Amino acid sequence: MLEYDSIAAICDAAQEKQITISALALADQAEQMELPEEELYERMKESLYVMQEAVKKGKNPKLRSTSGLTGGDAAKVEAYADTGGITGSFLNHAMARAIAVSEYNAAMGKIVASPTAGSCGILPGTVVSMLEEGRCDEHAAVMALFTAGAVGMVIARNASIAGAQGGCQAECGSASAMAAAALVELAGGTPAQAAHACAMAIKNQLGLVCDPVAGLVEIPCIKRNVSGIAIAFTSAEMALAGVESKIPVDECVLAMRQTGDLLPCSLKETSQAGLAATPTGIRLKKQVFGDH
Amino acid sequence: MNVFDIIGPVMIGPSSSHTAGAVRLGRTAWKILEEKAVRADIRLSGSFAQTYRGHGTDKALIAGIMGMHSYDERIRRSLSLADEEGLVYSFTAEDIPGAHPNTARIHLKGEHGAECTVQGASIGGGNILVTEINGMEVSFTGQYNTLVVLHYDRPGTIAAVTNFMAYSGTNIGNFRLTRPKKGGEAVMTIEVDGEVEETLIHSLRILPNIINVVLIRAI
Repeated sequence: MLEYDSIAAICDAAQEKQITISALALADQAEQMELPEEELYERMKESLYVMQEAVKKGKNPKLRSTSGLTGGDAAKVEAYADTGGITGSFLNHAMARAIAVSEYNAAMGKIVASPTAGSCGILPGTVVSMLEEGRCDEHAAVMALFTAGAVGMVIARNASIAGAQGGCQAECGSASAMAAAALVELAGGTPAQAAHACAMAIKNQLGLVCDPVAGLVEIPCIKRNVSGIAIAFTSAEMALAGVESKIPVDECVLAMRQTGDLLPCSLKETSQAGLAATPTGIRLKKQVFGDH
Repeated sequence: MNVFDIIGPVMIGPSSSHTAGAVRLGRTAWKILEEKAVRADIRLSGSFAQTYRGHGTDKALIAGIMGMHSYDERIRRSLSLADEEGLVYSFTAEDIPGAHPNTARIHLKGEHGAECTVQGASIGGGNILVTEINGMEVSFTGQYNTLVVLHYDRPGTIAAVTNFMAYSGTNIGNFRLTRPKKGGEAVMTIEVDGEVEETLIHSLRILPNIINVVLIRAI
């Protein structure tokens, strides 16, 4: 059985057995949870469907959050994506998916916390994009979520996936690292390349603070889901091109943990500093909650 | 921890601690009440007290009290559904000394006169920590399937319960007994590995000295 205490160990085990990380993780989880693989697969497929539904519903231009602060941006990006933008239709549509799911979350829609609600747009922005843009089939997309999950379990164990503990690097950073590994697998890369992609994604978000305006999972969380997918895609592309992370992935995870521990509490979900403490951040808080 | 703790839970946004955890707290109280609630008085402490409206924590708690799961799309409309179904509710912001920042204390009255008080906290990722049931100190997180067995403190009651569990092949991961006073009401909180069969719960319920058996499912 896997210990989930090292991403490198998981990648090595997959490489040795000549199977994907997802196949390894699925078999292991079935054993640990004492359930048949088919049942776990079906459950993950349901999660993929929830992500796809959230993408669709989140693109409604009339969507607004409970607080009234956000909503409707996914529809704008979706319309823009059809023009191709600067970087092309694929990335712009992926961005629209990430915003859609994050906005839908803020509007009390049904999402998959992956790993958290605050970072729930990143796997849909990447894995669902690969599926919906015809780059993989449904089976591969479901399996890629097991790869993402395996990586996330190690990060949760050796660092953190909670903004209150590790800052946004622990939420969007972790989601992005999980997505990077999943993307490499979907593109036919090796487990070792997945590990490098993961490392690069963490490195590029190291130190990211959690400073939500009014304590709500909206500003800047929604847009950080977009940068999360951008980093996942660029990290995966670099790894697939043969670029290696000089710092091994598990050391990156430990660096994330140490950085999270060193971040002051004011920058870990308490909304006492960063964007939450800007004049506009404070004004928006008053607008939602009054003078608490 | 398993892969569905990371890719999951499937939940209603916006925040696993302010919505998913809050629904589970409400639902735990509803399960312990064991009937439809007609009145809910909820005290919110710490961060829950400050921000419950913007996060929809009030909607989440009421949804749970109405028996909804954290993935139920009706959560958004739960306050108006409560009005329609005759559930009267109140929220008070009042710090509970020493409590976790996201704590709710829920007092329920049921349609047939049952009452219960449950206190617990939403501790992140949709996980909860229930700390008190009807004045009795408990401690379980809901990370494992948990049986909450309210009973009278009489000889042989624990043995009878654990025997039945043994027959059904249910492995106990953690067992805690709270008994505020000798011979009075007591509570077992039993965290188990794997699934709990409905038939086991029914068998336990009809044992002597058992008041109620509630299963709180893991996420």
